Amino acid sequence: MHNYLHIENAKMVFDTKKGKFTALTDINLTVKQGEFIALIGHSGCGKSTLLNLVAGLTTPTDGILLLSEREISGPGPERAVVFQNHSLLPWLTCFGNVYLAVERVFGAKEGKAKLKERTQAALELVGLAHAMHKHPNEISGGMKQRVGIARALAMEPKVLLLDEPFGALDALTRAGLQDELMRIVQETHATTLMVTHDVDEAVLLSDRIVMMTNGPAATIGEILEVDLPRPRDRLKLAENPQYHHLRGQVLEFLYQKHMKKAA
Amino acid sequence: MSAVTFNEGSLKDIMNHPDTVPAASAPAKPRPTPFFQTERGQAWLESAGNFFRATLPPVIGLVLFVLLWQIVSSSGGDQGLPGPAKTWESAKELFADPFYDNGPNDKGIGWNILHSLYRVGAGFGLAALIGIPLGFMIGRFRFLAGMTAPIISLLRPVSPLAWLPIGLYVFKETEPASLWVIFISSIWPIILNTAAGVSRVPQDYLNVARVLNLSEWKIFTRILFPSVLPHLMTGIRLSMGVAWLVIVAAEMLTGGTGLGFWVWDEWNNLNVEHILIAIFIVGIVGLILEQALVLVAKRFNYE
Repeated sequence: MHNYLHIENAKMVFDTKKGKFTALTDINLTVKQGEFIALIGHSGCGKSTLLNLVAGLTTPTDGILLLSEREISGPGPERAVVFQNHSLLPWLTCFGNVYLAVERVFGAKEGKAKLKERTQAALELVGLAHAMHKHPNEISGGMKQRVGIARALAMEPKVLLLDEPFGALDALTRAGLQDELMRIVQETHATTLMVTHDVDEAVLLSDRIVMMTNGPAATIGEILEVDLPRPRDRLKLAENPQYHHLRGQVLEFLYQKHMKKAA
Repeated sequence: MSAVTFNEGSLKDIMNHPDTVPAASAPAKPRPTPFFQTERGQAWLESAGNFFRATLPPVIGLVLFVLLWQIVSSSGGDQGLPGPAKTWESAKELFADPFYDNGPNDKGIGWNILHSLYRVGAGFGLAALIGIPLGFMIGRFRFLAGMTAPIISLLRPVSPLAWLPIGLYVFKETEPASLWVIFISSIWPIILNTAAGVSRVPQDYLNVARVLNLSEWKIFTRILFPSVLPHLMTGIRLSMGVAWLVIVAAEMLTGGTGLGFWVWDEWNNLNVEHILIAIFIVGIVGLILEQALVLVAKRFNYE
């Protein structure tokens, strides 16, 4: 487990109509291979911006981002993103959406049959083999998000980036998908960065929780080590004092030290 | 909260009263429930009701329209417009032999309709062939959009027929000139709607393309084109509408064949019934074209 993803003094300034807006400043973070990191903070604190920097969708105004000692200069399929609003292409079936990604990553070296097999396997992994040939508008929000996850996983990415993937879902669906994500990440050992505003989700899933201060000019406030043993079971954790202690620490950070002023 | 309260005793009295329970003593012959009280009957009634609610207003509208037409025509006396009955008789005669051909200036109505459709198809097809790629480029490259914006805003409001003399001068013939008029007047909605569609492709989809690092060709076929298609279909529908509007006027001026020419020819013959029939034909064909394109557009609506 060496230092894999390395962020040094990253700063992000946006040009807006009202002038320059500093979203992030002094971001320093090192992530080990296979680690699960949760980014938590109040809305507008720039956690999605930080994720987009790692994804390469935006380039930092200042600072350096390294992935296995190479600079991140743009987006690439080795860093798969699960978008907040699933971002499935509505004119392709679930299969077609995943296949588009599979074809891009493995199309050069593998035959069609193998590509189809990969697509199918990814959809099976998220339990959607039965809805493979449906279009996104024919399935529920939770299923769409699962297709989004399948698309990301099918690319066999080195880094999995999740931008509030379960934010728009109801509590029951969310819990089911969290369990699935835990299982999948355990199987694939993907390095994962997940933006969330859900304290329970952060403690349940991650190895470390990166807590961010409020914007503008947000930065990393504290980093909390989550030393709960794996595999984790949400029911057993409910009685675990360490779990409640960690949860309390995140809540304290969010609601005492960095309470967001009512807008 | 009922004001009436029963106790068990009074309820029993009612139940046992001979008037309320006659069936218990003498079982009547089982009568089939009337059709309109069964579930199927109710469903049938409801669908029939919906059918009448949907069709009645248009039917009443059309009947009133024909009545009004009759009143207008009969109030004019001998010099008035031909009435519905007279026009109908004339139409039956006209459509009895739609495809006769007695030389260049005397062809059946079918030929005239087909000629007009052909001109619209050719002029509009040319407009689509050039307008769609141009719209994509204008939507994709801001520089090109800035370059073309003043030209488009200047030329778009020009009345279609103002282009006819230019066409006649350049091509020296009436046929390409009328195609030119259709082309130039129907190209604008295609360009503008395609460009608007391209610039409105959701950033989410483009982010997917960027994360996957798709090739330009894949971006075009898998993301840009399907995403723009609904806008494109709107442009095509508007263009087709314009082309069909313009064709009658253009053919009136260029002559030879086509519905527009026929209208003008019948005006010279003072055959007013035929002019009225032509108006109906233009309306009905336009309606069919529009509805066909609406059907095609529905096919490409993914939301």
